[in-house]
Amino acid sequence: MVRSIKDGPDVIYIDRHYIHEVTSPQAFNGLKQRGIPVFRPKNTIATADHNIPTKNQHLTIHDELSRNQVERLAENCKTHGIEYFGLNHSKNGIVHVIGPELGYTQPGMTIVCGDSHTSTHGAFGTIAFGIGTSEVEMVLATQCILQPKPKKMKITINGKLGKGVTSKDIILYIISEISTGGGTGYFVEFAGSAITSLTMEARMTICNMSIEMGARGGLIAPDETTFEYLRKVPSIHGVNDFDKALSEWKKLKSDEGAVFDKELFFDAASIKPMITYGTNPGMGMAVDDSIPQSDTKGGSSSESFLKSLNYMGFKPGMKLMGQPVDYVFIGSCTNGRIEDFRAFAHLIKGRKKADNVTALIVPGSKLVEDLMKKEGLIKVYEDAGFEVRQPGCSSCLAMNEDKIPAGKYAVSTSNRNFEGRQGPGARTLLASPLTAAAAAVTGKITDPRELLNN
Amino acid sequence: MPKEKFEILETACVPLPLENVDTDQIIPARFLSATSRDGFGDNLFRDWRYLKSGEKNPDFVLNNPKFGGKVLVTGKNFGSGSSREHAVWAIYDYGFRAVVSSFFADIFKNNSLNNGLLPIIISEDLLKKLHSQIQSDPSTKVRIDLEKQTLTIISTGDSVKFEINSYKKECLLKGLDDIDFLLTMKDQIKEYENNKSMVK
Repeated sequence: MVRSIKDGPDVIYIDRHYIHEVTSPQAFNGLKQRGIPVFRPKNTIATADHNIPTKNQHLTIHDELSRNQVERLAENCKTHGIEYFGLNHSKNGIVHVIGPELGYTQPGMTIVCGDSHTSTHGAFGTIAFGIGTSEVEMVLATQCILQPKPKKMKITINGKLGKGVTSKDIILYIISEISTGGGTGYFVEFAGSAITSLTMEARMTICNMSIEMGARGGLIAPDETTFEYLRKVPSIHGVNDFDKALSEWKKLKSDEGAVFDKELFFDAASIKPMITYGTNPGMGMAVDDSIPQSDTKGGSSSESFLKSLNYMGFKPGMKLMGQPVDYVFIGSCTNGRIEDFRAFAHLIKGRKKADNVTALIVPGSKLVEDLMKKEGLIKVYEDAGFEVRQPGCSSCLAMNEDKIPAGKYAVSTSNRNFEGRQGPGARTLLASPLTAAAAAVTGKITDPRELLNN
Repeated sequence: MPKEKFEILETACVPLPLENVDTDQIIPARFLSATSRDGFGDNLFRDWRYLKSGEKNPDFVLNNPKFGGKVLVTGKNFGSGSSREHAVWAIYDYGFRAVVSSFFADIFKNNSLNNGLLPIIISEDLLKKLHSQIQSDPSTKVRIDLEKQTLTIISTGDSVKFEINSYKKECLLKGLDDIDFLLTMKDQIKEYENNKSMVK
């Protein structure tokens, strides 16, 4: 913290700033109008991810506005000396996938990006959160940001996860318990044996979706799993002496007896594979459960609750198992990492894609795509009748062509099931890569545990 | 750069009594390809405001001639989801200057304050009362006085004091900008950087 303003926000210094094409152009325009440069260009890393095609990336972007936006980012990075992993760059990918895998995200950092899923980086014990474009401009201009102090929440999940239950199910379960606004005003620390036993990829999925319960950010204290991940990253940007950095990182944990404004406890063993049935991520349930009669946990009015079910074409009390599915999407900053594609592949191996399903298989980055090739996963997907696309945010927010048509059902590993999120009129059911894979091969909503047992 | 100063508002309200309205509803992602801040108001609440045919949806409040005014009165957890500031630009560009709810998503609240849109938090009870008042009499006016931090329903006389941190209040009243403030701190920021690198 640089300075605290009396009765006002704190001035926070930002160690790492990620930018992408959609929320940065107006910020660069602002600098131009003020006639000022980027203050610390080396602290900012750029990628094109939100508004790019996932097919034929070597060709010109078809949509004129999208092309213009990506070109503007390239120009702005060139003008200001910012490292840019643009389309067709060997390190291109979704901003929250490439930051960690390229060694830019490191424990103890303050990290921001004009994207709400910046909370992903909290998995490394960072203070990471999403910001608006005015704030992107602040960081570009001064490397600082003004932020009110958040309250602190700790969520402890102890116990062992059941078969077929993933970190995506943990976070969907928590959000279903505390609602989509239950974390608003808080920074959340996730702890407990069910969290510390997770890989870094799985931890990122949890921190990624902390924004979906309204939390400013989510974090997990770095431990041996974190350090092991960082040891394997080809280069840790700005760190020459790994052991020295490691000794600093090891100091990063909440003090013994630290006081939180709110503490919640959950038992991992009671979590089943989850699926959402409504139009916010808090409207989730176990895949074999029935849709509740009202929003008892979230406390929404029956007007909002029924509007949501009506949009989805569902009714209170309905079971979703066996409901036909039209689309399956695996990818995004939530579940677009190598481990997610391995899990999906594990389930589809030896099976075939259901005829009624259109699948969008979109790696989170070029490096993830390369690994999929190296590990023979692409062949597993192709043998099962799936086509693997090129990296990008794709159908998670459907800014590009990867839209789900109106009225169609998509089981999606992404993070938001808002109305129209995956295309106007699209109906999204959020789930884990395993549950998505089960839907992809059966053509209907299926409990992945049924297929894993075979 | 100076922005429009926040003046006392005395205006009718537009009611949107839904909870968890996310920024994807406020401005859908397919309208985010622009590179300027202008013109987003045309697509505010696009998919609720227009039918698939492209015609106006007569059931949506923005198309109901009974309702108008510069204050949007919403349900709890307004502005959740994506950090897109375009949502605030759309609301402001449409003509709203304040949004009332029982609570706002954090990023949306910050974005609003950075753009001269005042997010006013009132109790769930008062919010309910305000909604029913507006429904029964669409010409219901509120008076919002930022200096005094009060929101008053003029016809009923119900008045409430709302919270805002004093720095942000000052910024809104004077039309000041965080970046201008931060730019005056460059020396302190450099000093912070020097101290930090010495620790390493």
